[in-house]
Formats: sequence, structure tokens, C-alpha cells
Amino acid sequence: MSKVMENPRSAYGETLVELGKKYPNLVVLDADLSKSTKTIMFAKRYPDRFFEMGIAEANMISTAAGLASCGKISFASTFAVFATGRVYDQIRMDIAYSNANVKIFATHGGISVGKDGASHQMIEDIALMRVLPNMVVFAPSDATQTRRIVERMATKYGPMYARVGRASAPLIYKKDDLKDIKIGKGITTKDGDDISIIACGTMVDYALDTRKLLSKEGIKARVIDMHTIKPIDKKLVLKCAKETNAMLTAEEHSVIGGLGSAVSEILAEKGCSCKFRRMGIQDMFCESGEPKDLFAKYGLSAYHIAKTAKELLK
Amino acid sequence: MLSTGWGITLKLHNDELIKKLNLTAVKIRRHIIEMLYKAKSGHPGGSLSAVDAIVTLYFYHMRHNAKKPDDLDRDRFILSKGHAAPTLYAVLAECGYFDVKELKRLREINCMLQGHPVCQHIPGIEASTGSLGHGLSFANGVALAGKLDKKEYNVYVMLGDGETDEGQIWEAAAAASHYKLNNLTGLLDRNFLQIDGNTEDVLRLESVRERWSSFGWNVIEIDGHDIQQIIDALHEADERENQPTMIILITVKGKGVSFMENNVDFHGVPPNELEYKLAIRELDTLQRKLEGI
Ligand SMILES: Cc1ncc(C[n+]2csc(CCOP(=O)(O)OP(=O)(O)O)c2C)c(N)n1
Ligand SMILES: [Mg+2]
Repeated sequence: MSKVMENPRSAYGETLVELGKKYPNLVVLDADLSKSTKTIMFAKRYPDRFFEMGIAEANMISTAAGLASCGKISFASTFAVFATGRVYDQIRMDIAYSNANVKIFATHGGISVGKDGASHQMIEDIALMRVLPNMVVFAPSDATQTRRIVERMATKYGPMYARVGRASAPLIYKKDDLKDIKIGKGITTKDGDDISIIACGTMVDYALDTRKLLSKEGIKARVIDMHTIKPIDKKLVLKCAKETNAMLTAEEHSVIGGLGSAVSEILAEKGCSCKFRRMGIQDMFCESGEPKDLFAKYGLSAYHIAKTAKELLK
Repeated sequence: MLSTGWGITLKLHNDELIKKLNLTAVKIRRHIIEMLYKAKSGHPGGSLSAVDAIVTLYFYHMRHNAKKPDDLDRDRFILSKGHAAPTLYAVLAECGYFDVKELKRLREINCMLQGHPVCQHIPGIEASTGSLGHGLSFANGVALAGKLDKKEYNVYVMLGDGETDEGQIWEAAAAASHYKLNNLTGLLDRNFLQIDGNTEDVLRLESVRERWSSFGWNVIEIDGHDIQQIIDALHEADERENQPTMIILITVKGKGVSFMENNVDFHGVPPNELEYKLAIRELDTLQRKLEGI
């Protein structure tokens, strides 16, 4: 059965338009990438509340903070690589330290950016944002979840960062699902009691494929969709550690500093001795190529995750 | 082929030289179209607008040697607008830095030519670029080192016009004139387009000339597709004392392929099969015209 696809970026653009109607104080900023981030949808509907900042990301971030200080809900968008590392001090001072109501929504996160190459494949953003006090960090797994998370970002006060990929992604949830999704509460997307796969963003769908592969060999995997990486759902992590024999994390991000790190910190501090592996990019820059080939080469395909799961359970 | 060694070893009559460079530019444009069509991704518009200046630098003006890419005395070229990588790759290949066959594998997994330039793995690439706004600062560093080491080399750096939205460009602009980097020449690809539209609608840049001169630069404005003008401007820039020079190249985004010209939709979208065939046909016609056939 082929999967139904939808682009999370489009879901973002559409949701912004809906929210723009509801919240007259919602403003959007972009840095010469509005066609790619889909903020152009908002720009067309609400031209007065859209600010094209040109290729000047640092200026965009601090401006968004200034707007927020006057009661606006600021959404600022560009590619993940330019939305975080490039503007780190602006985010740190003007958004995190100031506890500003700025929402950074980044697209083109991870290696699924593909052919543009390592310069554009952001695999450190979750780590960078996670260490900032006050910052909430999301990696939605499909278009539906993106809609719900963008709504939550608009309604709850505070600094927040969300990243999605470039490509269309299989729909994991139905359009009207997830009505009661909560910030910081992971979702048990599929149950199982042999191994837990805790994934975020694009890797949730890969985890579901992994689950199918494993079930053919009689292994029952639980798939956790950890859409909020900070604050992370500690309780759920510990529950999984207790109820399944092993645990894997999967993220389209460096294994250092992201979801895998967040989960291992919890396990270590609780003295959990469950078998554990972090799947992600192993401390290296990747390269240009088709996303599916890159996932295979850098060990993120369902096949690789399943193989690692079996080794862990041995 | 013109010499890619030190200086111009071919003593050509000027008209001959210009014709050869123009024909080389057509060849590079054909490579670009073929590479992007094959890669099914990449940036045609800004690659095509940059061709004539980069060709003039490598096939006529710069002192460099493909056999010795690390020669300490070489002139340096830095492509700050890294998305025009296909142009630089095609020029480097034609100069002999690597096999022309590599061009067909642009952006493929397990291959050398990355979507954006990487200095570590590709012979002839001086700086890893692709995140806009860094190149001028990097070039300043190379120019400062040249002064420190009492080297004769010159540094050339190409910027996109949209790229100059970045604040870092203006930090670098100030530093270059402060340090009197007369061994540095900028080439601004002034094609009036970025991604979200016309540069003046996205974030006004005019007056570009006054901006650079108010930052202490010598400014020359020319037709960026006129090889003779590019040659003259580069010579003038090299002669300058006490000041860096910015050559404003007035260009056409997508230059050489009619339906890509001034068309923002071809910023980051490769040609489809039909467009590919049309583009190659146009370039063939252009070549025949230049050859006087
Ligand atoms: C820091 C940064 N922000 C955004 C981008 C995405 N981007 C790639 S090309 C481009 C437009 C560049 O316009 P311009 O400099 O005028 O180049 P050209 O017209 O010559 O293609 C943008 C915004 C980038 N590569 N780097
Ligand atoms: Mg331009």
C-alpha cells in the first residue's frame, strides 16, 4: 500500500494563514526563502504583517524579537542551517535570554535536503537550540502534527524552535487527529514490548517501517513519536525503559546533542541499565545525493535500524 | 585552449583573444546546462550570469596553474555565492584541475562535486561556500596573509547582489578598506534578482555604487557580459593602490538561454528535458554565430 504524502512545509504555510485570521497580532518574517518555507502563503493573505528581510538572517531574528516585545507573536522562517547556527547569538540574547515570544520555524532540516550537500544539511540545530534556557524544541513527524504544533506555538507564550524537512512526508496521522497533542508529551504511535524506538521528525515514519520489518521476525517494537525534544517526556522514556528490554533513538540529526542525547541523559541519571543505541548521523558531515541513498549510506534506513535493533536484543 | 599557466602565454591578437574567451564562455554555459539537467537540481540563473567574469579570470587574467593548485604564489578566486558552483566546476575542469567527466556526476552520492563548493575535496576550490555572506571576509583574510607574507598574489571574490543583504558583507567591506587591501578585487554579480524576486523589491540595494564607494572602495561599473570590459576593469583594479576595488558587473540572470534570462523561476530549478534541448540548441546557435559560420 503506498503512503499518502503531504509536505509539512505546506502544512506550516496553511496553518499560518488560519492563525493569521485568528490572531491579528501574529506577524511573519522570512529571509528570501518564502517560496520554500511557504510563508509566502501568509505574505499573500496578510501583506502588512509579513516582513521580507532579504538575505539577512541575523537582522531577521533580532527584528522578530523587537516585534515580540511589543506584543506580537513573531514567526521567523528560513532553512534550519541559517535559522540556528548562523544567528546563534541573536537567538541567545534577544529570544532565549529575553524570554521573547518568538517562534523560529525552520524548514530543510536534516540530510533529506539531499543534493545541495552538507553545507545545507543541518544536523546540529536541535542540539544548538536544546542547550538554550527557555527554548522549547520541536521536530514534528508529518503534516498533521506540524499543523497542531504550529497552533500550539502560536498560543503558548515563549521562545520556541521547530524544524521540518524539505521533502513531502508520509502522513502518519489523519488530518484531524492529534486534537489533544501536548507540548512535552510524547505519543505512543504503535505499541510493542520487545524494544522501544523513540524517534522524532522524519525518522518516525522510518521507525514505523522498522517495526514492520521486525514484526516479520517476531520482534514487537514500540514506536514513540517524540515531537517535543525539549522539554522531553521523561516519564514516557522511563516507562519504555521499564517495559521493553531495549531502546533505540532515531533522528535525522547528529547523535551528539539531539534526541539521543536527551534520552540517554534521562536513562543515565536514573541508573537505567537498559540496552540502548542512538541512531543518527555519527559525528560527521554527509554529502550530496538522493535522500534515500543518503539514509542508506549513513545508517538511517529502516533496514539499518532493524539490524541495530536485532543486535541489541541478541 | 588559452593558457591556464602563469599569465598569458598565447600572444593573440586582441580580437582573437576576445573571440576565444567568448567561445569558452559558451562552452561553460553548455556544461552548466548539461550538469544541471543531469543532476536534476541546482541553480541555473546565477550560474549563467557569472560565466563571463569567471572565464575571463581563469582563462586570461589570473596567474594559476592547474598542475599546482597549492602553489603559494597563485592568484586566488573565491566564489562567495556558492550556489554558482557549476560555473566554477566547469571552468576548473576545463583548466585541467580535474577530469571533465566529473562534471556529469555533479551532486551524486559518492562523487567529488558537491552541490556547493568544498575546499577540502575539490582541487582548485579555495573556500567552502554555500552559506551566503562569508566569502568577502574570507577573501580579506587571504589578502591580509598575502600582505603579511609579502606575496604578489591577488585575491578575487565574487558576490551575488542579493547576497549583499547580509550584514557580514558590510563588516567585511569596512575591514577591506580599513586595511587598504589593494590586492583584493570584488566582483558583484549585479543581476537584479534573488529568490523572492527583484532585489529592489526584496530589500533595496541602490545605490550600489555609492554604498561601496562610501565604504572606501574603488568602484568600477561595467557590462558583466562584455569580455573586453571585464579585462580592462581587472587590469585597472590590479593597478589600484591603497584601496580594494569592487567591479559591479551588470549582468542578466540566466544569460545565454533566452527563457531563463531575467526569469526568477530559474534561480534554483534545473531545466526539464524540453528546456534542456532548447537551451543546448540556443547555445549551439550562439557558438556558430561567434565562429562566424
Ligand atoms: C545565508 C544564506 N541564506 C539563504 C540562502 C539561500 N539562498 C541561496 S541562493 C539565494 C539567493 C541569492 O541571490 P543572489 O545573491 O542575488 O545570487 P544570484 O542572483 O547570483 O543567484 C538564497 C537566499 C543561502 N544560501 N545562504
Ligand atoms: Mg542576484
